[in-house]
Amino acid sequence: MKQKFNIITSTCVPLPLENVDTDQIIPARFLKATTREEKFFGDNLFRDWRYNADGTLNKDFVLNNPKYGGQILVAGKNFGSGSSREHAAWAIAGYGFRVVVSSFFADIHKNNELNNFVLPVVVSEAFLSELFESINADPKTEVEVDLPNQTITNKATGKSEKFEINAYKKHCLINGLDDIDFLLTNKDKIEAWEKRSR
Amino acid sequence: MANTLFDKIWDAHIVQQVEDGPTQLYIDRLYCHEVTSPQAFEGMRSRGLKCFRPQNIYCMPDHNTPTHDQDKPIEDVVSRTQVDTLAKNAHDFGLAHFGMMDKRNGIIHVVGPERGLTLPGMTIVCGDSHTSTHGAMGAVAFGIGTSEVEMVLASQCILQARPKTMRITIDGKLKKGVTAKDVALYMMSKMTTSGATGYFVEYAGEAVKNLTMEGRLTLCNLSIEMGARGGMIAPDEVTFEYIKGRENAPKGEAWDKALAYWKTLKSEANAVFDKEVLYHAEDIEPMITYGTNPGMGMGISQAIPTTETMNEQAKISFHKSLNYMGFKEGEKLLGKQVDYVFLGACTNGRIEDFRAFASIVKGRKKADNITAWLVPGSWMVDAQIREEGLDKVLAEAGFEIRQPGCSACLAMNDDKIPAGKYAVSTSNRNFEGRQGQGARTMLASPLVAAAAAVTGVVTDPRELMD
Repeated sequence: MKQKFNIITSTCVPLPLENVDTDQIIPARFLKATTREEKFFGDNLFRDWRYNADGTLNKDFVLNNPKYGGQILVAGKNFGSGSSREHAAWAIAGYGFRVVVSSFFADIHKNNELNNFVLPVVVSEAFLSELFESINADPKTEVEVDLPNQTITNKATGKSEKFEINAYKKHCLINGLDDIDFLLTNKDKIEAWEKRSR
Repeated sequence: MANTLFDKIWDAHIVQQVEDGPTQLYIDRLYCHEVTSPQAFEGMRSRGLKCFRPQNIYCMPDHNTPTHDQDKPIEDVVSRTQVDTLAKNAHDFGLAHFGMMDKRNGIIHVVGPERGLTLPGMTIVCGDSHTSTHGAMGAVAFGIGTSEVEMVLASQCILQARPKTMRITIDGKLKKGVTAKDVALYMMSKMTTSGATGYFVEYAGEAVKNLTMEGRLTLCNLSIEMGARGGMIAPDEVTFEYIKGRENAPKGEAWDKALAYWKTLKSEANAVFDKEVLYHAEDIEPMITYGTNPGMGMGISQAIPTTETMNEQAKISFHKSLNYMGFKEGEKLLGKQVDYVFLGACTNGRIEDFRAFASIVKGRKKADNITAWLVPGSWMVDAQIREEGLDKVLAEAGFEIRQPGCSACLAMNDDKIPAGKYAVSTSNRNFEGRQGQGARTMLASPLVAAAAAVTGVVTDPRELMD
């Protein structure tokens, strides 16, 4: 939480599936905690894909493949659809990911990642499929995510793209500030709104 | 041009526009349930904060609640702790709380409208994606994460990027056996589960106007399944009639004043939307899903699509999905054996849904191979069912009514579909494991669910209708 963000260079974990919903990221039965236990949520990230029904490791799932690792998750389009559960963002952060790359994110999940200092990076379809190919060819492929300059670079091919983030949120991530810090500083504006809307 | 219904409500709630950033939006109503709120309250405590406007916040447990013996303590200790934590948080922070067995309890998205807490023109949020439901009353309502719940607890505001606007018009009249649920599943099958991502949707057109309030709530509930930030319908006589006299609805002079304002809540004739979509009611038939996201739906008499025209990545996801469901491309679902039927959820747990289900099973019997869970969305719905005598119709056909809650929609309580079993469910998501690990969900309307419940197989409900 509140880990300041700048430039991250890391290998990637590829998950080339589309429409990965938050029920897969963290199944509902793990939502019963009443505190932010990031380790617990991280341990259960993609629980039902990571483990077989009998509790043994599913060796075919990418998180269990020792070839892949790193702080960047690369996923197919429409990542994080479905439930608004922020537990999904806690699980991603708790597992150790700091960036998620996809060509398309669901709205609520994208906000949840940002509010937990995980950076969702939207890239073009072409950049994404080339990145999957690079990682497939060499699991040691590194990606550089440069938040101050808003660029992402596939180090295997040298291809680089700009990504979007609003200036306010970028400032928050780089400086380790959250939205509540901001909202608490302008209560006078809130009260003024209430007066004029009465 | 700020002249759509959405723009009118959003603009009226702007506290400030952050430079190169989001809008700070004032929130009229925050609903909290037990699953997505505890960490927000924990954050409030660690920052030493009190709620800024406690009178605007309503709490109720719904996700973990068992659907039987609610007068006894919840057996699952972890579930019980979460439900008890909500009660304690509501108490400590001075918030309204409708606990289990309180006659006002039920699924938050059923309770809000039926208690007159959700009103036209409001901004409404909840740590739950199906908050889009409340948009049916002419409100701007959307689901948020737990950090955002904390923002609202602390400041009654949220920071949010302004979504784009989309109008979906459904013209013409719905055919026999076609409900609001089918309209939503049809739209998703056309638009996919990300077709409306980034947009706030207004539903319009003859078919939408002709929906009852319950039908409109179902339609807006499913907006999130197309990826939309929210969905809404301009309030009209149907809305006003529904609200009038409800517990928290304005009364007397306040009613007249409110009504005058609500009547202004509609998109102007020259309103400009970022996107316009048109569907024809006559093209829609009763729907059913065959895959593992709500966009994988089809008319009940049709066959599962084939993958010939899909790209490689899409093919991988499609095959993974069919493999999970135990279905093959090109096959029909009519006649497939069903094991479980679930009627309920914030999607289809209202009185109209029980009426529809009862209309099919009346004079028939539950099929022997079917386990059926009929779960009202709230105690108020339960009371309506009994007042109308539907409980007797259902009992004669071999169905029992359980106690209210989210239940098998996401199986956080004991109502879990076993691995490998097939359920026809009126809920909102057919994701892998959603209704229990390994459970196979086919989403459909209450009519399709009822037809499966009495025949034991996937059946076109029109065959059982007069």
